[in-house]
Amino acid sequence: MTAERRKAPGKAAGKGSARKVSVPHPHDALLRTDRIPHIWCAGCGIGTVFGCVLSAISKSGLPLDDIAMVSGIGCTGRMAGYLNLDSFHTTHGRAIPFATGLKLARPQTSVIVASGDGDLFAIGGNHFIHAARRNMDLTVLCVNNFNYGMTGGQVAPSTPFGAKTTTTSIGNYEDPFNFCSLAADCGAVYVARWTSLHVRWITESLNEAMQKKGFSFIEILAPCVTNFGKRNRIGDAVDLAKFFHQRSVIRNNIDPKEAVLDFNQQLVVGKFVDIERPTFLDNYELIHRRELEAWPGLETKEPSPQRQAQG
Amino acid sequence: MNGDEACCEGALAAGCRFFAAYPITPATEVAERMSDRLPEVGGVFIQMEDELASMAAILGASWGGMKAMTSTSGPGFSLMMENIGLGLCTETPCVVCNVQRAGPSTGLPTLVAQADMMQARWGSHGHSEIIAISPSSPQEMFDFTVWAFNLSEQYRLPVIILADEVVGHMTERVVIPRPDEIQVIDRKRPAGPKEKYLPYRPDPDGVAPMACAGEGYRVHISGLTHDQRGYPVMDEIAQAEMMDRIVQKVRKNVDRIVRYDSFLMDDADVAVVAYGISVRSAKRAVAEARERGIKAGLVKLNTIWPFPEEMIRDLAGRVQAMIMPEINYGQMVLELERCAGGRCAVQLVPHAGGAVIRPERILAAIDEAARGAATGRSGARETA
Repeated sequence: MTAERRKAPGKAAGKGSARKVSVPHPHDALLRTDRIPHIWCAGCGIGTVFGCVLSAISKSGLPLDDIAMVSGIGCTGRMAGYLNLDSFHTTHGRAIPFATGLKLARPQTSVIVASGDGDLFAIGGNHFIHAARRNMDLTVLCVNNFNYGMTGGQVAPSTPFGAKTTTTSIGNYEDPFNFCSLAADCGAVYVARWTSLHVRWITESLNEAMQKKGFSFIEILAPCVTNFGKRNRIGDAVDLAKFFHQRSVIRNNIDPKEAVLDFNQQLVVGKFVDIERPTFLDNYELIHRRELEAWPGLETKEPSPQRQAQG
Repeated sequence: MNGDEACCEGALAAGCRFFAAYPITPATEVAERMSDRLPEVGGVFIQMEDELASMAAILGASWGGMKAMTSTSGPGFSLMMENIGLGLCTETPCVVCNVQRAGPSTGLPTLVAQADMMQARWGSHGHSEIIAISPSSPQEMFDFTVWAFNLSEQYRLPVIILADEVVGHMTERVVIPRPDEIQVIDRKRPAGPKEKYLPYRPDPDGVAPMACAGEGYRVHISGLTHDQRGYPVMDEIAQAEMMDRIVQKVRKNVDRIVRYDSFLMDDADVAVVAYGISVRSAKRAVAEARERGIKAGLVKLNTIWPFPEEMIRDLAGRVQAMIMPEINYGQMVLELERCAGGRCAVQLVPHAGGAVIRPERILAAIDEAARGAATGRSGARETA
């Protein structure tokens, strides 16, 4: 699959077994193959989501030099490091403001922010809500694994009430956010939620979001086998996948407030929001053209005689 | 114009086209003028939700290929430390203007201090080298902001302008040269085949050429310890290589970076070493000391970091005493003492903040030093 694996067929080959044949991965061109193997645990959902990102990028038809990824810190934050495009692994919680600067400096770049629930909604929560309010033209992909995986499974703003983590060993006594509802309330123009099993839907959503002008948000519910799954006795990777498969229900176009995540009943997924709204840069240019009357009127001004003469 | 406005004009003259900041006294006027001026020149102004975001945004913009700046004061400067570290680690050119006010904490928002000197040097965790410069007038707010951009582009790192409330709010005549009279330095761009480019392979001057987003180099930039490819490598060898690069590119170029001015120093027995607004008080004190027949002189530090060690060491062997007025309770004087190494007396004229240091206090210190009474800094610890 990868350069490193090709180079190092390893001990298995040495034991006299048949030499492993390396088959190029269809997305090798988009991967920094010299960085593989990746750090994600067996059974983790992030790799699947990353595969969807690669598929979406391939399908987008955009020039590859005009796509960039910005990540924060955490398990999902490592995505940027494996993508063979301009990619930025920033500080904890600051992926969105970094991406904001990048986007405004180079508007032709399609900027994907990929990070986890803790990064985007705990330490980075303020940046998320303001970027959505401004309708900054970013595609924000949040892999929600319901806890802080990188640091060993602490409670997160996504952890369900009562669930066990290393900092809530009896059970979580806080309620989680509904990220999709929050995103919609803050002004996101595209909001969708899938589980990491919804591979085709994730890819399609990513493509729609990348084409969409404005702040797009896609939440992916993903199993964290090593921490969340094990600690809450949901089972191994296959059990977790089955759990997500059985509980998830697609309900497109519903109010995201009603898109609840109830682990006893159902995990509501789907595309919830797809609207049009001028982006930050659209309005920045509109206001600076000085074509609007003063607030609160904001009527479009009559063209001045001078302009008519020129025009 | 006032110093804050001159800072804005200096940035524009240097080619700054992106500015992100959060309102804070006494730096707000930089942002206000930027918000009017940047759209006129095709740039982008954005008022971010806080200083964490402002600092992150200018790093992003710099990687998007624009020269970028933020401005702030103490409380915001504290929040910026996180991403100043990211800028140092990822070697990202940008400029941070800190118009200092008195602290700690919210302190005196509208009144002067020079108390973030060590924070600029050591405020962000981990070890690095930083470049910080200190203007003393609105004219220098213009000139030094251009210089700050040039330094940041040349050495690929965040450069800090350590201004202060009085310099920021003071209105004086500012001469803006014609564009062709202003030296503007742009970051080195990579040459050679794209597939062989390594974002952190330094040239002989210690600085690696910088490819930005969208130029086809497919850069990976990380705040983790990284190798020349920019790839995270978690071991002590990679750490040493990275540290050597980000430290040596400043240390090896100290002579090119450091600037200072000397007044009446040729025959001086007593040297006042000052920076920022305190230079103005010091100049008056030195002039009055000369009238009294004391051979006093002034060394004005334009570069704060890297500290002009060689010059101070040399100076310590030539004068009887060095006096440092600063609007804090002793920060840069520690550097002065370190470099003096006991070869001359070093005396602090401290001030808690809230006002500039009165020339009479510096004059009194000169007078005392000239009479040979200065026995070291311990005797000068009295407060304002």
